[in-house]
Amino acid sequence: MRRRTNRLLSGLVLLVLAGAGVLWWLTKPRPWDEAHWQGLGQPDLANGEQVFWAGGCTGCHAAPGAKDDQRLVLVGGRPLKSPFGTFHAPNISPDETAGIGGWTLAEFGSAMTRGVGKDGEHLYPSFPYGSYARMTAKDINDLWGFLQTLPKSAKLAAPHDLPFPYNIRLALGGWKLLYLTDEPRVALDTADPKLARGQYLVEGPGHCGECHTPRNALGGFEAERWLAGAPNPEGEGRIPNITPGSKSIGGWSMSDIASYLETGFTPDFDTVGGSMVEVQKNMAKLPSADREAIAAYLKALPPL
Amino acid sequence: MKMRAFALAAVIAGLGVTAVTAADEPQEVRQQLMKKVGQAAGALSGIAKGEKPYDAEVVKASLTTISETVKVFPNHFPPGSETGMETEASPKIWENMEDFKAKAAKLGGDAEMFLAELPSDPAGVGAALGVLGKDCGSCHETYRLKKE
Repeated sequence: MRRRTNRLLSGLVLLVLAGAGVLWWLTKPRPWDEAHWQGLGQPDLANGEQVFWAGGCTGCHAAPGAKDDQRLVLVGGRPLKSPFGTFHAPNISPDETAGIGGWTLAEFGSAMTRGVGKDGEHLYPSFPYGSYARMTAKDINDLWGFLQTLPKSAKLAAPHDLPFPYNIRLALGGWKLLYLTDEPRVALDTADPKLARGQYLVEGPGHCGECHTPRNALGGFEAERWLAGAPNPEGEGRIPNITPGSKSIGGWSMSDIASYLETGFTPDFDTVGGSMVEVQKNMAKLPSADREAIAAYLKALPPL
Repeated sequence: MKMRAFALAAVIAGLGVTAVTAADEPQEVRQQLMKKVGQAAGALSGIAKGEKPYDAEVVKASLTTISETVKVFPNHFPPGSETGMETEASPKIWENMEDFKAKAAKLGGDAEMFLAELPSDPAGVGAALGVLGKDCGSCHETYRLKKE
């Protein structure tokens, strides 16, 4: 009898261990193989700068309130409030100790597209790698090259301020298992190069869905409500619906949208507001073909 | 027939009353003021884009509208008008009234600067509109909330 209980117990222990092992394996950080980042050659700095503006890195990584050229010092520190606590964007200037100057392209690339830090740890999806996962290795390489040309800052940004259980990084593996994907958010006719480009910019580097798409209690996107608008994470008001079903921009033409992204004026000469002000300034730095591609993509979305 | 005319009159009178009451509220007044600024910006944009011919009088009138409207605009945020009537005003206005007023004054000052040296061609109007549009955006960035 006793022997049997012992056997049963050890069986159970084994089962639990195996389960934990499977769970660990399923949720462990998954950086890219080094090979993914090889053979990319010298970065194209001009393209890197375009990617930089498309991605809006300064929005979170410039010092809060920084103006003009100071915005290119990616010292971090800006607080990003969320239902899970307050995140602080880190220093990503090329400083070797405070920033990411000591990183390799492969480390940077896996942070950007797989949410894995330099020490192999999971990064919080407040850093929108869930969108950047769609970026090409070439764009990452070019962006990495461009970031090296920016000024260094030795200032360390504040750590994240997250209550239990959100301070457990291990749990992020579960989040990734549920929500991290590099698949398209919507099915579109990608044979049209303009639409394909718009989809890449909006769903990838532009990370528009991070604010414009509502999330569930675990912080994953409500996939059926892609770009359909969401509560403002920073407090009052709403981030608008930008699908063709939108009450605010559903009636805009493609050129209205492109012109808004270029000038900040709506078709009835209201102007851009809120956190979109900075996004629009960045979009104004892109080639007009990119703004038109974004407009074409938004008009091709299912109306919600 | 008489009945219908009477009903119609009542409805029109009713509408009139609502309109008058609404127009008196600060929320409605400032929305109208912003619309005026928007229309003026629209007129400038038409010229800048070449959709309308350059007309110095239109440029002057539009800049004057902008400058004069934003002078009175911040006076329409009395306590008690923080909410209601679909206002998109952020509570931050009442927390930082001085900064809010300074932002309005910046737009007014820039409009006056262009009035003093009137842009003389569509490109000049476009450049002026670029400066004014940034002023609009820098205030809307902090002090306007989107509700939709």
